[in-house]
Amino acid sequence: MLFYCKLFLIFAKIGVMTFGGGYAMLPILQRELVDNRQWATEEELTDYFAIGQCTPGVIAVNTATFIGHKKKGVLGGIVATLGVVFPSLVIISILAGLILNFADVPAVQNAFAGIRVCVCVLIFNAVCKLWKGAIKNILTLCIFLVILAVAMFLDLSPILFILAAGILGVTLEALHKMPKGGAKSQ
Amino acid sequence: MILLQLFWEFFKTGLFAIGGGLATLPFLSDMADATGWFTHAQLADMVAVSESTPGPIGVNMATYVGFTTAGIPGAIIATLGLIAPSIIVILVIAKFLQSFRQNRFVNSTFICLRPASVALIAVSGLTVAFSTFLDVSQPSLPWFQWVDWKAVVLAAILLVLTRWIKQTKKLHPIVWILASGLVGIGFGFAGV
Repeated sequence: MLFYCKLFLIFAKIGVMTFGGGYAMLPILQRELVDNRQWATEEELTDYFAIGQCTPGVIAVNTATFIGHKKKGVLGGIVATLGVVFPSLVIISILAGLILNFADVPAVQNAFAGIRVCVCVLIFNAVCKLWKGAIKNILTLCIFLVILAVAMFLDLSPILFILAAGILGVTLEALHKMPKGGAKSQ
Repeated sequence: MILLQLFWEFFKTGLFAIGGGLATLPFLSDMADATGWFTHAQLADMVAVSESTPGPIGVNMATYVGFTTAGIPGAIIATLGLIAPSIIVILVIAKFLQSFRQNRFVNSTFICLRPASVALIAVSGLTVAFSTFLDVSQPSLPWFQWVDWKAVVLAAILLVLTRWIKQTKKLHPIVWILASGLVGIGFGFAGV
């Protein structure tokens, strides 16, 4: 019981210290889990991240599930995951409540109108960064362009595009038509 | 009933959003259209808040949408919905870790999934940009009056600072979000 509490608290701490998630949390995980506690090795952490990248869901959550599972089985996985999301739940609920209450104040409206411009730039930068890891040959460029064009003009669920891309990957591999080199998984 | 629907919507998001970070954005954009729980402008605000607060962006976004839709129970249910597929999938994969990573079908699938995910995020970004930079509510005006030039100038400055100026491009996004908020107040971006 005590260990589950510890697991929860350590991952809650990691949740608080992570801004932005994804790779931003790698140094924090290294310090907390590899250096301070020896709960995982560098290599395991890199593996968890690589798998987190190519499994559904939020990478931080996936990594927490892995390490919790390693330490204490299924229940450990669940406890660690709840720990990592707990700070978000508290902080965002408070902020969202405040913002909803003050949404009619002119200064707040002006501030968010400015912030929306910034969000556009941040999304653009995120796409540029992801581009390097994802678009590496003609095949991946075509997938990007086709989905971009279709999703712009047709109002389809993103699930359809993800499924279609997945089926394409399996089919090309089965036919041995997957381009060699370039896009390797981590 | 709305809680059940929230859980289901976020379960789907958690299951199909690949790659972390803003990968949930296209799904939330689709959710805004399909359910009317929140607007695209609110969604952009949620991105800003999620990027400026601790915690993984995807989780922050789920909590925010859940809270906006159904208060604190909504926040909890949406977050649990988002993480449920992760927990299930990872607990299964943890059993045969290495063989999963080296499987050629898994590898090929994700080579194709990554550009798909990037394209979907790009489309969501364009949707936000469209509502931020253009106002087509009065189509009789000449086209250059549809464009919000104040917003375009701010975007151009931010783009230069975050991409090309060495001293500033490493700064945390929260700096740019706060600065943009102040510029928005100073120049009356919402026109109120």
